[in-house]
Amino acid sequence: MNEPILKVKNLNVSFGEEEIVRELSFEVKRGEVLIILGPNGAGKTTLLRALLGLIPYEGEIDWGSKNISYLPPQELIQRKHLPPMTIEEFFKFKDVDKENILKIFEEVGLNASLLKKSFNALSTGQFQRMMIAWALVDNPEVLLFDEATYGIDAGGEETIYSLLHNFWEKRDLTILLVTHDLDIVYEHANSVLCLNKEKMCYGEPTKILTPQNLEKIYGTGIKFYKHVHK
Amino acid sequence: MEIFLALIMGIFVGAAAGYLGTLMLSKRMALVAGPLGHLTLPGIALAFLLGIDISIGAFFVVIFGIFIIWLLEMRTKLPMEALTAIVFAVGVATALLFIPEDKTIPALIGDISQVSPMAVAVTIILSFLVIFVTKKIYKKITLAEISADIASSRGIDVKKYNFIYLLCIAIIVSLGVKIVGGLMTAALVAIPACTSRNLSRDIFQYSLGGLVLGGLSCATGVLAFNFIGVPAGLLIIFSSALFFLISLIFKRT
Repeated sequence: MNEPILKVKNLNVSFGEEEIVRELSFEVKRGEVLIILGPNGAGKTTLLRALLGLIPYEGEIDWGSKNISYLPPQELIQRKHLPPMTIEEFFKFKDVDKENILKIFEEVGLNASLLKKSFNALSTGQFQRMMIAWALVDNPEVLLFDEATYGIDAGGEETIYSLLHNFWEKRDLTILLVTHDLDIVYEHANSVLCLNKEKMCYGEPTKILTPQNLEKIYGTGIKFYKHVHK
Repeated sequence: MEIFLALIMGIFVGAAAGYLGTLMLSKRMALVAGPLGHLTLPGIALAFLLGIDISIGAFFVVIFGIFIIWLLEMRTKLPMEALTAIVFAVGVATALLFIPEDKTIPALIGDISQVSPMAVAVTIILSFLVIFVTKKIYKKITLAEISADIASSRGIDVKKYNFIYLLCIAIIVSLGVKIVGGLMTAALVAIPACTSRNLSRDIFQYSLGGLVLGGLSCATGVLAFNFIGVPAGLLIIFSSALFFLISLIFKRT
């Protein structure tokens, strides 16, 4: 896990006069899980969009892989006013064969019968698992995932993070995960990037997620309890 | 012979418009086809002034109109529908200044009574082109509708495909103007797609349904015109609406 798959140097993103990301530098190693933490408006989603080249930026972004998959927050995925599309047809957008689709459906714990269901007929939890399957069906090296558990209940959140953890272990996947959810950091992240327009802290969760740093990011007294799942 | 040529022309334009319409309905742009259809009117006026085919005049004015709408959208950030309404209103007013009085009704509701073999040949080629291009961009545009960011992150140039898509609309609207006139091109695009939406369970059925129903509506309208003598444009819309009403009986929930 020593070789960097992403190097970011002096990244600046502005919308007009407003600075969204300022002088940001960090590296992500191959096979690492980096969690990007920060309050609303901290520039987390903007950072992911800049990393994907979707918006203009200044600075250097150097990817060691072109095989990158991206999942935006579920609220930004249009599910209505679409053609009457089945899940299977949605997977065919990636030109993958049915055998691979069935295999990944099994891995995310979805029944194959859902392939014939309409794209907008799944529950929020099923939909997110389906989207994870879609993102990973063509074996990307890197997954960028923004608000993986948006709109999902607590039980469902655990399922989503466990799924991502399993894929990370099995596939040597590099994951960049944007979240508000402090609870998952210890269990799933190798490193954390705390963002509030600029880099507030960066490193291993156990070393950097101190009450002082959290207060610096969120501007209020946040207490953090480490959960151990048995 | 003329009715046969009109039938062929109607089937091809109807099929291409119906197929393209299934994509427009997904993009919630079916109503934009109406004002764009109205934009053909100054094109028709221009064609009369220059003595060229009305579809050629319509095509260039629609392209010009789309460019103006795009420019205004970039400058003002107003919704495309609102800007389209402004541009089409100015277009219609300008057109009615210049279209000869005896040509106004055919320009508004279409006229297939004098179709040349050359016009039919060009229509067939352009309809095939629109169907082919629409098929090529269908998945990409649909993915961009689901999430423009996902599409862009997969290397899909969303702006380029939207531009190609607008060009297809311009071609279809220009061809459709001969059949149903400048007033009703939206119906040529939207009704078969709505009918197909009621009857299909997946994209394949939906897009194929739009194509078949579009062709069928135009064929029915042109054949009815041969017997009744009411302008074909109106009969095409009525037959299209009839298929839509029938589809409500069989609508999938």
